[in-house]
Amino acid sequence: MVLIEKACLCGYNVDMTEIVEIENLVFEYIREENYEGEHQQQVEKAIDDVSFDVEKGTFLAIIGKNGSGKSTLAKNLNGLLLPTDGRILIAGMDTRDDELVWKVRQTAGMVFQNPDNQLVSSIVEDDIAFGPENLGVPRDEIRRRVDESIEAVGMTEYLLGAPHQLSGGQKQRIAIAGVLAMRPDCIIFDEPTAMLDPQGRADVMDIIKTLSDEGITIILITHFMEEAAEADRVIIMDDGKILLDGRPSVVFKEEEILQNANMEIPMAVDMAKRLRKRGIPVPDFVTTEEELVDFICRYK
Amino acid sequence: MIRDITLGQYYPSRSVIHELDPRMKIILTLIFIIQLFIVKSFIGFGISAVPLIMFLLLSKVPLNYILRGMKPIFFILIFTFLLNMFMYPGDIIFTLGFLKLTEQGIYMAVFMGLRLTMLIIGSSLLTFTTTPIKLTDGIEKLLHPTKKIGVPTHEVAMMMSIALRFIPTLIEETDKIMKAQQARGADFESGNILQRGKALIPILVPLFVSAFQIAQDLAMAMEARCYRGGEGRTRLHEMRYEGKDYMALFIELVFLGAVIALRIYGNFNIR
Amino acid sequence: MSIQVENIFHTYNKGNPDEKVALRDVSFNIEDGEILGVIGHTGSGKSTMLQHLNGLLKPDSGRIVISGTEITAQGIKLTEIRKRVGLVFQYPEYQLFEETVAKDIAFGPKNLGVKAEEIEKTVRESLEMVGLSYDELSERSPFELSGGQKRRVAIAGVIAMKPDVLILDEPTSGLDPFAHREVLNMIRKIHRESSGIIIFVSHNMRDIAAMSDKVLVMDRGSVLAFGKVDEIFKQRKMLRNVGLSTTPAAALFDKLEDRGVKIRSDAVHIDEVEEAIYNYMTGGENFD
Repeated sequence: MVLIEKACLCGYNVDMTEIVEIENLVFEYIREENYEGEHQQQVEKAIDDVSFDVEKGTFLAIIGKNGSGKSTLAKNLNGLLLPTDGRILIAGMDTRDDELVWKVRQTAGMVFQNPDNQLVSSIVEDDIAFGPENLGVPRDEIRRRVDESIEAVGMTEYLLGAPHQLSGGQKQRIAIAGVLAMRPDCIIFDEPTAMLDPQGRADVMDIIKTLSDEGITIILITHFMEEAAEADRVIIMDDGKILLDGRPSVVFKEEEILQNANMEIPMAVDMAKRLRKRGIPVPDFVTTEEELVDFICRYK
Repeated sequence: MIRDITLGQYYPSRSVIHELDPRMKIILTLIFIIQLFIVKSFIGFGISAVPLIMFLLLSKVPLNYILRGMKPIFFILIFTFLLNMFMYPGDIIFTLGFLKLTEQGIYMAVFMGLRLTMLIIGSSLLTFTTTPIKLTDGIEKLLHPTKKIGVPTHEVAMMMSIALRFIPTLIEETDKIMKAQQARGADFESGNILQRGKALIPILVPLFVSAFQIAQDLAMAMEARCYRGGEGRTRLHEMRYEGKDYMALFIELVFLGAVIALRIYGNFNIR
Repeated sequence: MSIQVENIFHTYNKGNPDEKVALRDVSFNIEDGEILGVIGHTGSGKSTMLQHLNGLLKPDSGRIVISGTEITAQGIKLTEIRKRVGLVFQYPEYQLFEETVAKDIAFGPKNLGVKAEEIEKTVRESLEMVGLSYDELSERSPFELSGGQKRRVAIAGVIAMKPDVLILDEPTSGLDPFAHREVLNMIRKIHRESSGIIIFVSHNMRDIAAMSDKVLVMDRGSVLAFGKVDEIFKQRKMLRNVGLSTTPAAALFDKLEDRGVKIRSDAVHIDEVEEAIYNYMTGGENFD
């Protein structure tokens, strides 16, 4: 895996290398509840003054427990939710601009958690075509995109199949193809593997990694540390705020903070730490099993 | 069980019938239905069966798939058959209590049975060979002229196709919920109507909750994929009448003509 | 208290062209107070097997005896089975339907004919068993709760039926790491306090290794292996052949072997794995 140095140079770059810019984002929602017969309205801050940028081509993982605001953040990124305060720019476009919202959503596609509830059509190819159809893409071009997208997720043989006959992991791959067909620069994955079995999870992660290698910006919302370890950059959210932000190797070192936020470090990081303690110089960047195995093999 | 119902379930294939324009298939089906009601004799049915069998063979939908699809309505068929056989007034062949078997009754039963069977096979051929999406697109396009008088054709078509997409999901969901409640000792099979009705609450409430969840998730997923109604939408399957569509129409019209001619000039009327 | 499963066969859609053998000669025994972990691919027959233990499905042949009662016998009352075996499905929060948490939990015991006076006590105990406060939650709507709480209320609904055997089908799926750990701790607590048999299905090998006494490995409708947890996880080749894996730590051995580094070790838990890898790296024994 190539580790992208987060250089500060980009600030001076005239090319737009920041695909996502978040400035002082605040998101509030009103929670209504009936408690002991009384109707109450409470304003909850799901996101509390969060700012960060995402450089084009980055694979960013956002991790946090339920209620940490990570999913709300994801939905703010393509205008499905709009900021209460602050702003978000996607490739320079403000998500609050009504005129730009469709362009924003085309640029930053989104894959959701529940594989069943995001496929629109009873035929796989029609489902993949749904996005480009909405964008008014000409027919021949739609055909081309559908065929390319389904191939990218390795599901070509199911082109004419029905979604309800597929496994969870397969449905999720179709959902990814549906987003790919919109030709996005950035894809936001909102806990795409949470409802999948290990096989489905591995398949989806493989596709995400491939897409990242092809230069698509990936924002992966997850609660699996092992998945975050694969990213170039990890943001840990807790209680609507950013707790940690950096390369996985840097973030996973902050054990105390992680523990307080109820998060466990991945096995490979744990093992590397144990070996280091016993005097084996495992380099810092080792966060995935592959990297660990690589290191052990080369050690002798 | 409930999942085995193939009535109207699309059968994937690339046959010539599958590739006909959905609008044409809808028109053909309507013509065929009208034709069945024009028919007044068995010869008429014979004539009508020719295009039906021809289209069936061309569609490459296997016979047992069609028959399996008929299973759930088999009961209705038998019921109408028996009702006609015993309740139709006419020359009595024999009596069994209040049931009177009449000559005309037998004739009527066979006649209505044939009509119903052909009606069902004819219309399920439409859904066997047309994906729900294409079908709704076809309906949308056919009804397009009514848009001017305010009929929301696109919205209705979209709702229909989403309903079709989620029927299997909801059936699965129902199955799961039923099992979970049974594991908690729920009993759906005994008791009087009132008790049975009440026993449905533990199924219906979770089912509604999950249907609402689906609706919410789906709306968001559709918005994320830039759905904004029918304006400016293009289609993967643009509809265009081609040679084969006109050919099919021609064939069907020939048989319709034959049936009409038979009706007017034939003397094989009902006795 | 014990479970004997003997030669269970089950075929779906029997006689139809699409008939599918779901269980093939499944047999195993569980003794008093054990936790059994069940692993296997999606479609390996795990769920079908669990539904047999609860009487939701009937075997084509074979028998199941729970604490001396043959639940596969002709004419046995379903409530008799349900009193003995509680089954918690995957994502059980979908089964919540009542206006209040207390009423929802009371649904099971009521169906079993538990007396009204006793029900409140049962509900209170069950809620406390899953680590929730009766006073705080009993009158709330189950639909207002957080995901983790909903799941626990749903589990309480099954515990309230006081089964000897509690079966949980992927009880942690979809939960975040915090709620995940809480549910595992809850299962441990239930086990400690009820001393019944617990059977749980999981794809998470770390959980299986940490929780179970015995492990049942299912593959294509048959029992592939059944034994003590460490014995099962030592058989890395066998697990790998059917697309399963051992514990994440021990899986490192497999990955190393793929790269030509063979460490001979039976280690399953991370401490032992660490030891073995350390020994290898510092040139100790246990390597080629």
